[in-house]
Amino acid sequence: MITAERKPMEELIECLRPYHRILLVGCNECVTVCSAGGRKEVGILSSALQMAFMKEGKALEVKEITLERQCDPEYIEELVTHIDQAEAVMSMACGCGVQEIARRFKTKPVFPAVNTTFMGASERQGVWAERCQGCGECVLGLTGGVCPIARCSKRLLNGPCGGSTNGKCEVDPDMDCAWQLIWDRLKALGIEDRYEENIAAKDWRTGRGGGPRKIIREDLAK
Amino acid sequence: MKTESVLEKVFASGELAVTSECGPPRGAVPEKIIEKAKMLQGYVDAVNVTDNQTAMVRMSSFAACVFIRQLGMSPILQMVTRDRNRLAMQADILGAYSHGIDNILCLSGDHPHFGDHPMAANVHDIDSVQFVQMIRDMRDKGKFQGGDDILNPPKMYIGAAANPFADPFELRVARLAKKIKAGTDFIQTQCIYNLDKFEKWMEGVRDRGLHEKVNIMAGITPMKTVGMAKYMKNRVPGMDVPDEIIKRMAGVPKEKQAEEGIKISVEAIERLKDVEGVKGFHVMAIEWEQKVPEIVERAGLLPRPTIDL
Repeated sequence: MITAERKPMEELIECLRPYHRILLVGCNECVTVCSAGGRKEVGILSSALQMAFMKEGKALEVKEITLERQCDPEYIEELVTHIDQAEAVMSMACGCGVQEIARRFKTKPVFPAVNTTFMGASERQGVWAERCQGCGECVLGLTGGVCPIARCSKRLLNGPCGGSTNGKCEVDPDMDCAWQLIWDRLKALGIEDRYEENIAAKDWRTGRGGGPRKIIREDLAK
Repeated sequence: MKTESVLEKVFASGELAVTSECGPPRGAVPEKIIEKAKMLQGYVDAVNVTDNQTAMVRMSSFAACVFIRQLGMSPILQMVTRDRNRLAMQADILGAYSHGIDNILCLSGDHPHFGDHPMAANVHDIDSVQFVQMIRDMRDKGKFQGGDDILNPPKMYIGAAANPFADPFELRVARLAKKIKAGTDFIQTQCIYNLDKFEKWMEGVRDRGLHEKVNIMAGITPMKTVGMAKYMKNRVPGMDVPDEIIKRMAGVPKEKQAEEGIKISVEAIERLKDVEGVKGFHVMAIEWEQKVPEIVERAGLLPRPTIDL
């Protein structure tokens, strides 16, 4: 999933200061799963904002809506009936959702309520960790199902570096060394010799190196 | 011979090679690098020049190498993959070679987290193994990494690092094999304090005949104080300082600890000279360059062979 964390209240209050009526829009997908911007968080933030402004002697009218998916124009259309009543929109979706709202409603200010962080997985209740950087050319088949690009601090493709200690990364003793994980996995699979194949320099064009990316599926795109 | 490098010639002569290290200054003060390098002149075959070591901004390794080369010494251009993409690296290699710098040490570098710009983007376009491969292809195939021909390809003598003390230990020989396969000519190891473990690693290196494919230089760093020994043991990732070393340093009065540290280094060199596959020593006296001549002399590594640049 795409993970996100809510921005500090002070920052949110600051960007909403000029407005009296806003639309607060959650998303039912990733940000719901990582408890950053789903229906529940929309309710909590709405109350918190109204209380904060009340203390300053100002009324803030908040219309709460949580869409099925903010990254899909079809669902964004659901905002059409509410958008005119609002002076600004605050989106609790990831950056994709915020941008879809901005694209659809060209004259309406839209502010992000969360910082979109990474593509990750849930390690346990309340803990999410990065797993993928969307490089566009997956190497997991070579590295035992552990990504060195997302999980090695130096994104070494032929690691580990000289700072790996007791299975941990030199950057943070709480961070697993990706290459220790890869090595353990190759051993568990009985394919340690796979490690000795030098992985060639990566072609970053499939990643962000080629500029903003787009997928066009001819069979679906009419 | 693959290059005109002094270091390559020393290895070819069968003598133990000696290198040391200079950290460039944190300012535009060329006299500092010249002063440091002069201390080493005549005592080592080549001088490593670090590249923003510990991820702190310093005078560029390239520029400092030029000053050292102008003294008639042979510099080893250290370059980390942290700060440059493959375009910048290849550009600097062309520039360095044009200035008569023909040794390079390929490193991934300390993470910015440790330095004075932890907010900087780290590049890591390629890793140290791919870096070695790139320079080898520049030299032997005359091709840029992107595939185009190079006009007068730079003939660099290519070094890489090895840390026998980092984890997992069991893949450290295989990691060396990858660097050799990519085209590494010489290796400088992490500072060696745990000699038993180093010798065990060398055993693994010899079992695979890797010592015949690459020139391994054992890394030696003298300790100034027991405090430094403890710091290296506890705070430097990938460093293995056995308790006996700490005890030995702590067992002498403060004013004699520096001498004890040098004694430990000299003894280590004496013992490692007999390890089959050790082809030289890399003496890294961190901000203590003036002690290198003494260590080299007491370890019986003088005189250095005279080879014209």
